[in-house]
Amino acid sequence: METILAATVAIFFAVSIYLILSKHIIRILLGVAIFSNAVNLTIFTAGRVVREVPPIIPVELDTPDRLTANPLPQALILTAIVISFSIFAFLLVLAFRAYQELGTDDTDGMRVAEPEGEDLPPLGY
Amino acid sequence: MAIEPGHAVDLSGAMVLAPTTPADWLVVGPVAIPIVTGAILLMARHETRLHASLAVVGLLATLLCNIGLLARVLDQGPLVMTMGRWLPPFGISFAADALGASLALVATLVAVVCAFFATADIGAVGRRYGFYPFMMLMMAGVGGSFLTGDIFNLYVWFEVFLISSFGLLVLGSQHRQLDGATKYAILNLVGTTLFLTATALLYGTFGTLNMADIARKADGVRESAPLTTLAVLYLLAFGMKAAAFPVNFWLPASYHTPRIVTAALFGGVLTKVGIYALLRTLVMLFPPELELLSGLIAWIAAATMVIGIMGALAQTDLRRVLGFVVISGVGVMLAGLALGTSEGLAGTVFYAFHSMIVMTALYLLAGVMNGLGGSYSLSKLSGLYATNPLVAAFALLLILAAAGLPPASGLWPKVMLVRASLDSGQPWLAFAILATGLLTTLALGRVFILAIWRPRVAAGPKVPASPLLGYVALTALSLPVVVMGLYPDPIIAVAERAADAILNAPAYIGTVFPEGAAQ
Repeated sequence: METILAATVAIFFAVSIYLILSKHIIRILLGVAIFSNAVNLTIFTAGRVVREVPPIIPVELDTPDRLTANPLPQALILTAIVISFSIFAFLLVLAFRAYQELGTDDTDGMRVAEPEGEDLPPLGY
Repeated sequence: MAIEPGHAVDLSGAMVLAPTTPADWLVVGPVAIPIVTGAILLMARHETRLHASLAVVGLLATLLCNIGLLARVLDQGPLVMTMGRWLPPFGISFAADALGASLALVATLVAVVCAFFATADIGAVGRRYGFYPFMMLMMAGVGGSFLTGDIFNLYVWFEVFLISSFGLLVLGSQHRQLDGATKYAILNLVGTTLFLTATALLYGTFGTLNMADIARKADGVRESAPLTTLAVLYLLAFGMKAAAFPVNFWLPASYHTPRIVTAALFGGVLTKVGIYALLRTLVMLFPPELELLSGLIAWIAAATMVIGIMGALAQTDLRRVLGFVVISGVGVMLAGLALGTSEGLAGTVFYAFHSMIVMTALYLLAGVMNGLGGSYSLSKLSGLYATNPLVAAFALLLILAAAGLPPASGLWPKVMLVRASLDSGQPWLAFAILATGLLTTLALGRVFILAIWRPRVAAGPKVPASPLLGYVALTALSLPVVVMGLYPDPIIAVAERAADAILNAPAYIGTVFPEGAAQ
């Protein structure tokens, strides 16, 4: 199971890095979304995979009586999902606004903040 | 808690049963107060006239709490509180040591001044769009990053201040802001996601996220675990946050686009959180790996400081000059990390204090100069000495500070770092620090010559903005600059305590796990 998950994580990372290297914001954003899912799967796999044993301690015991699934990675992933989802939503709106205002989603064309061929500072007076 | 009668559970192995003392709340205050203030400001979002005063009051309360926390930490050693009264490592620990508490104090000081200055810089529209709530939530994230003792919690605080900083950055929705914010947001998100990747692998290796727990278990797994990989991933992720060369290009693309007070807050505070996280992870958790990487970090440090300041030499826009000066300061701080010695790290910490205050002051000064001269461009800004000699005085002091010349605060951390480099047998790093000082003098000296000494070449605004508020803010920031420059002993002592706090991991572990027994 870990091998399959590890291979999936590898594919996710490869796809996301390929997309992030693109020039177009929308492809970069898709890459970022896959990137955060790749990390979520990494957390899940790193927390060890145990099948179908809920982490519930029987009433009369103080500790679980057998190996149970690890609940912590799921808490971590939930946190990470909430964060990455909200930031992704923000980025989508930002990218759309930038596309509306700047008329391009090509990062080579987005040179408003750093214009090309700016004058050098005066060398004397 | 539904415990059936008759089945007594011994909770002493999992929870703190003694009541929490009031002093323990100090460690949560620097985070809780800004969050609560931010929430109140959000609820009062229609009452924008109240925003500035509420934010200043909230930040002053945070500042008091930070002062109390630092005093207690310096007096009695690190202060630990675990949420939900769990025993570490079960709950999320907040652990304030001299490093985190002192940086949180300086960051809050800078934020108070920025909140005050913003009353002039941020108009009713900016307040309506939530400048102050974003600022308070950002400071909560920064405070949480400095004080948490849990590495996943550190990631959460990073995201808290990151998303608040997005809000601050696009406030105004000008074209250049959207452009800058897009680059800032995407590259920073990639950086923090890398941080999360490293944390996932770290959790897979250690099975714990409590930093003290990781530090004490590291020696046991070093033979079999990929700790060097983790250290490199953290170096890359936090290097991106700190704007270290060659992953610093988001900073000059964005820091000159927002309102000047936002730029001041970012330039002062945010990159230092990256430096702090590098110190915390590499020095405290992975010292042998840091030793392995120190040659690489030394090159990164030298490249960051020299290339950063050469970027500043090529800029016409004053704010872009300052953006590159921020980067070169990051390089100087990384030099201490590369050395890894007590004196080098103390130099880094002192430089972080100095850089937070001076960079914020320089950005605010740029705002004042723009208000008087009507431009940020060095080809138009001129003649300020004739009209406002006080601006010239502030500019001279802050330029001396940034360049590391007496009598200002930049001198002593550079002295410490240069001496530490020479002691470690790396004279070239000392040379890079000194050369950066010379180039900073040139880059900012030219700003002084053109903007202040040069006779007026272009008409300024018909009614120059009143610089009174700016003078007050600059005075508040210049005082610590002069005091740290003339009387550095107490600051050096704090910086040395901070360096010892991360170098001496057993003491930190002992505070989090008092008996050293809980597994």
